[in-house]
Amino acid sequence: MRTKTSEISGWGRYPVQSCNLMRPEKYADLHAYTDSCIARGQGRSYGDASLNHDHAVILTEKLNRFIRFDQKTGIITAEAGLALIDLLTVIVPAGWFVPVTPGTQFVSLGGCVAADVHGKNHHRVGSFGQHALNLKLILADGSHITCSPSENTEIFFATVGGMGLTGIIGEVTLQLIPIKSQFMAVQHHAVTDLAEMGIYDDDYSVTWLDTERERGIVMTAHHADGSLKLNADKNKTGLRPPSFLLNHYSIRLFNYLYFQKNSRKSNFSSDYKPYFYPLDKITDWNKMYGKQGFVQYQCVFPKQAALIGIHEILKIMKKNNTVSFLSVLKRLGKSSGGLLSFPMEGLTLAMDIAFNSSTLKLLKEFDQIVLAHQGRVYLAKDACLSPESFRAMYPQYEKFAEIKHKIDPQNIFSSSLSKRLQIGN
Amino acid sequence: MTRNILILGATSGIARGIANAFAKKGDNLFLAGRDESELNKIAQDLKIRFNITAETLKFDIEKDQPIKIDNLDGVVFSIGYDGPEIEKVLAINFTQAVHALNYYAEYFKNKKQGFIIGLSSVAGDRGRQSNFMYGSAKAGFSAYLQGLRNTLFNHNVSVITIKPGFVDTVQTFGKPGLFLVADPNVIGEKIANAVDKKSDVLYLPWFWKYIMCVIKSIPECMFKRLSL
Repeated sequence: MRTKTSEISGWGRYPVQSCNLMRPEKYADLHAYTDSCIARGQGRSYGDASLNHDHAVILTEKLNRFIRFDQKTGIITAEAGLALIDLLTVIVPAGWFVPVTPGTQFVSLGGCVAADVHGKNHHRVGSFGQHALNLKLILADGSHITCSPSENTEIFFATVGGMGLTGIIGEVTLQLIPIKSQFMAVQHHAVTDLAEMGIYDDDYSVTWLDTERERGIVMTAHHADGSLKLNADKNKTGLRPPSFLLNHYSIRLFNYLYFQKNSRKSNFSSDYKPYFYPLDKITDWNKMYGKQGFVQYQCVFPKQAALIGIHEILKIMKKNNTVSFLSVLKRLGKSSGGLLSFPMEGLTLAMDIAFNSSTLKLLKEFDQIVLAHQGRVYLAKDACLSPESFRAMYPQYEKFAEIKHKIDPQNIFSSSLSKRLQIGN
Repeated sequence: MTRNILILGATSGIARGIANAFAKKGDNLFLAGRDESELNKIAQDLKIRFNITAETLKFDIEKDQPIKIDNLDGVVFSIGYDGPEIEKVLAINFTQAVHALNYYAEYFKNKKQGFIIGLSSVAGDRGRQSNFMYGSAKAGFSAYLQGLRNTLFNHNVSVITIKPGFVDTVQTFGKPGLFLVADPNVIGEKIANAVDKKSDVLYLPWFWKYIMCVIKSIPECMFKRLSL
């Protein structure tokens, strides 16, 4: 297959690396690989998880066929390159929804498994991998295997959250959830003390955070009944603010105004798209941060230490005069069992920080706080973690490495992320 | 009205774009090609995405006679071959293509309705040293479609010649020197819409008409000196 050498990046546009792209169109084209390669779906991981500097990156975007959809049971099988947006177009009119969705529809099913993504309902239903009934995986020797919580169990739990390092995910079978309407019944609750967040709860819950004032808006929701009609949040066409508008003052002002506007909304209904995917309306919003790109720092703190840890991080932010354009807090439930899976019971914080010369140093300070409280950083968003911090944050790494060594002894499936974190060698 | 459309050579990237576009309009599809397992995958995908019926048919243009299908409304010929075997290039792109389409031309002529879409190429517009075996076969195919259009006009059958430029498929991915490479799904929609618009010859994307206009207008005494 022909390769194309291109400079590519993850969604955060940092780092940018030259990679050798291949784009198979048939599932049968996936075979044994002899040199380092990594699968890349929609390229929506933020850092270097889908990059492989000077080595092969296998684009799965054309491997996106639906294979089976049982409308009675809501069980769907599709090739892993299928993007969520295409899946939703088919399943929503049939009265089904994905059990777990990240904040964008432009993400592949394979990516959802590899990063074991979580959504606003993690505290109730867990992460994506917990709803995958089985996976087809192409291993380093070219063999196609099926794995599930009951078949090739070890490989399954190494693959869920495994960042594509166990093989190429070929097919995903997923249990969908029934919905009565495409609308969401949403509630906003303003909180001036983050400790109050826990008072509000629903199937979906997320807190928009004003990092400066340490206040937020808890946004709760559930899938509406069929009787509800749309009364708010019409689909406005997105604008892209030019990067020069994004500075300390404008971000502070935006956060102030956002709080004022959204804290007063309550009990409204919203189409699932603006509710789950508000940023999808803004084309290439990642370019807003200019040429240098940005990092999304996402970490999780275990329950007991959560508020303290988050407060410490926000304190460093203020001290460094760094602001985050969009910050989100979210309660997480139990872990899925994925060996390198991110979610753990506690609170997760995600912040978008424009990249500049002091960013790496700042993130190192964050990492120390996260480590001190036994938390961890999300690999799908990471571009900066050190191998030592990674090992301390992911205590099941040894077990993962053992399984990886068994099925991929030559470490064929490797990425810029795995090389940076010295995974598998 | 739901139409029955046969796509010959249904596993290519561009054919998948065409199939998606017809399926989106609610047409039922017959997908013909050599790779049966791939055809089944595509058919299954179309059924789930668009709620249509899609059947698969094994068809190898080098071996098989044209497939007889009842109640057919249109045929898309998207089989093509480019490679080092000259005989094969000439046969698949021209003589065997003509043989297959003559069958459907006769069928639609008797039925007094229908359409035939032939995927030719801009490469057939002028012979160039880099690919004139393929180009001359496609030039012959274009001329054939032109004559067929003329023949079938009075029988209420339309014949549409498609001349694609660079389309983003496995054939073009990573090839150096390509520009303005088009998305096969967009190309597919234009092709499906060409039936309603009653187009005759369609360059895709549209600007190729003008690029080829320029290339065709270069006098031969100059053209022969160029390395294109």
